[in-house]
Amino acid sequence: MSGADHLPLRVRETEMISPLLKRFVFEAADGGELPPAGAGAHLRLTLEGEGRRWKNAYSIVSAPADRSHLSIIVRRVSPSRGGSAFLHEAVHPGAVVAAHEPGNLFPMSHIARKHLMVSGGIGLTPFLSYLEAIEATGADFELRHFCRDEEIPIFERILSGFDAGRITIHPASAPFDLSQALASQPLGTHLYTCGPEALMGLVLAAARDHGWPASKLHSESFGGAHAGGLPFTAILKKSGLKVAVRDDQTLLEAIEEAGLEPDCLCRGGACGVCLTSVLEGEPDHRDHFLEGAESASNRSIMICVSRAKTQNIVLDL
Amino acid sequence: MNQRFKPAETFRRDFTFRNSDEAVLRFPFPFPEDSYMYSVNIEPHTPGGPTAAFQAAFDVDEHYVAECAERAIVLEEDPGRCKVLPHMMAAQWDTLELIMESFARDYPQDFSLTKEGTNWVWENRPLGIKQSFVFGDAKTLPCEPFEYITRQAQGDFTLQDQREDNLFVDGGMVTTQADWSLEFNIGMTFHEWHGPVPLAHQLGVFDRALKFLMRLQYGQPVRRLNWTMTINPRLDTSPENYPLWGTDRTTVTPENVAEKVFLRVELQTLFRLPRSNAILFGIRCYLLSVADIARVEKWGKRLHRVLLDLPTELQDYKGLTRYRQTVVDYLAPLDDGAPLPSGIAPGQTAL
Ligand code: HEM
Ligand code: FES
Repeated sequence: MSGADHLPLRVRETEMISPLLKRFVFEAADGGELPPAGAGAHLRLTLEGEGRRWKNAYSIVSAPADRSHLSIIVRRVSPSRGGSAFLHEAVHPGAVVAAHEPGNLFPMSHIARKHLMVSGGIGLTPFLSYLEAIEATGADFELRHFCRDEEIPIFERILSGFDAGRITIHPASAPFDLSQALASQPLGTHLYTCGPEALMGLVLAAARDHGWPASKLHSESFGGAHAGGLPFTAILKKSGLKVAVRDDQTLLEAIEEAGLEPDCLCRGGACGVCLTSVLEGEPDHRDHFLEGAESASNRSIMICVSRAKTQNIVLDL
Repeated sequence: MNQRFKPAETFRRDFTFRNSDEAVLRFPFPFPEDSYMYSVNIEPHTPGGPTAAFQAAFDVDEHYVAECAERAIVLEEDPGRCKVLPHMMAAQWDTLELIMESFARDYPQDFSLTKEGTNWVWENRPLGIKQSFVFGDAKTLPCEPFEYITRQAQGDFTLQDQREDNLFVDGGMVTTQADWSLEFNIGMTFHEWHGPVPLAHQLGVFDRALKFLMRLQYGQPVRRLNWTMTINPRLDTSPENYPLWGTDRTTVTPENVAEKVFLRVELQTLFRLPRSNAILFGIRCYLLSVADIARVEKWGKRLHRVLLDLPTELQDYKGLTRYRQTVVDYLAPLDDGAPLPSGIAPGQTAL
């Protein structure tokens, strides 16, 4: 399971939806079909700026059924030298960017009787693919979107193709009580929220207060979309190698790049085959294999998924 | 008809199933070491691997046509072997798309798929099928999409919905199973359907496997091998048909053991499906007689060693108790005890 970017995408067109929002439509660089992406899926782009690189994940907003293109909407955020500014300024139609195959950390429930979506600002984006999917299946839904007052016309335009009777756009300045909306939902409704942390926190807390079970609450977090972490250095005692582990690769991949072939099987922290002794330094355990005490002792590491908390880690390899 | 297939083979009554030399050498032999215990033996399902069985996303071999015919017989007698819960319709189309695209890519001489928007034409030359249909519109196919495509594939398939931090087996096509029942298991969670398995729960195998699968990514399928033994090359060893095959276990003698006892290996594959976010579990079954295994020196010796030390809990669970010793006695004279290289490759290119 390499961190490689398998999917070269060409920018087919771009559109400034507002001074801060830019839509990108991508097609496969080889002109073929794109991989399918489900409602709620994201695209991880690797952006190569001058002397800088970003790995940013964006919700896919195009219809899940369509494999001719993939679209995203990017909000320009500060710092002005970040990946979103780069996309706004430097990525034009015809450009080719590297992407990872679509992943999905925010899928729709297949057993929900109704989908209740609550979004804030750019957090609307995953729900655009939900709405496309809902249009195809005819499922029941309700969308409540919160945004800055001056952005209301922009979001009205973005949402104009969908059933306006079930969509409400709330200006952030006006008071709003979610309790009423929560209390009036039919049995079997699932709640989804995406937006600023504060909004998601409020929505989830309100739902819990109303007795909604966790199994019916869903919130988007891009945390898991980034497999990497901070770069560090692995010192391999037996082979006398010093290996720099980049932010976007695993320790195992870096060791393999250096020419070693340590034992491994699942490459996902479950099988136990890649267990390696730690001689110095502190592992950042991310596996499912080591048990509590073993993990806490920090004497072993599963090199396929785990990293280092310390700048250097010395391994018995 | 393509020469590579053997359409007349049977997996019941007269059991005319046989493996060619090529089929023997491509068998996914399941023992990399001299002893066996449950583990999370999951690895990336990338093309390649120790034998030719690992080349394709879904392996199609010389038994393809005969296995599809066997599946049709089972379904004729018991349509309940294919069942998909209503909320899995997106997963059904995901499965059809994945299998059709994989077959057409991996076996272009046998299968082709042409698309114009959602108007698709599927051609399956070994089975003589040409079907035009609209992707996403089940009415344009002779049956539901999951049943349609799994009738044209070897091995069983199940569909797992992911919700509530768990996997639920919410559908399947199960006609070639090693003594478990879809009708009984449907709707169960990962730990529930694995309930009867001995030792593995205590070893934490299922906890780890489930955590791993919850994060399975689209485009990065994984595989594992599982095994048991079967008397006669019978694919349908279902609990429903136990009266038909249960007593076979008492018929093994030192004279017939080599021909009658088969190592039954499941090449299991797991795919994250893109639109439904469900997981497709493929259980591709391979049968190889003890006589054929003994033709591969490394495999004959290794099977002897594994069976000799197999924990009794596993012997009982896999139903080997009555005839394991007979197999061990048959293989013993072939095993000189010399160390064997680890790994499952046959270690020879001809028989
Ligand atoms: C997600 C899809 C899976 C399904 C639908 C599935 C289903 C089953 C079933 C029905 C059985 C037989 C249980 C019985 O006796 O009734 C079984 C056995 C077993 N499964 Fe799974 N399984 C899945 C994935 C896995 C994975 C990922 C592992 C990885 C460790 C695993 C390990 C085992 C083991 C060790 C056994 C015992 C097999 C034997 O000794 O013959 N399964 N599984
Ligand atoms: S390779 Fe399986 S735990 Fe690392």
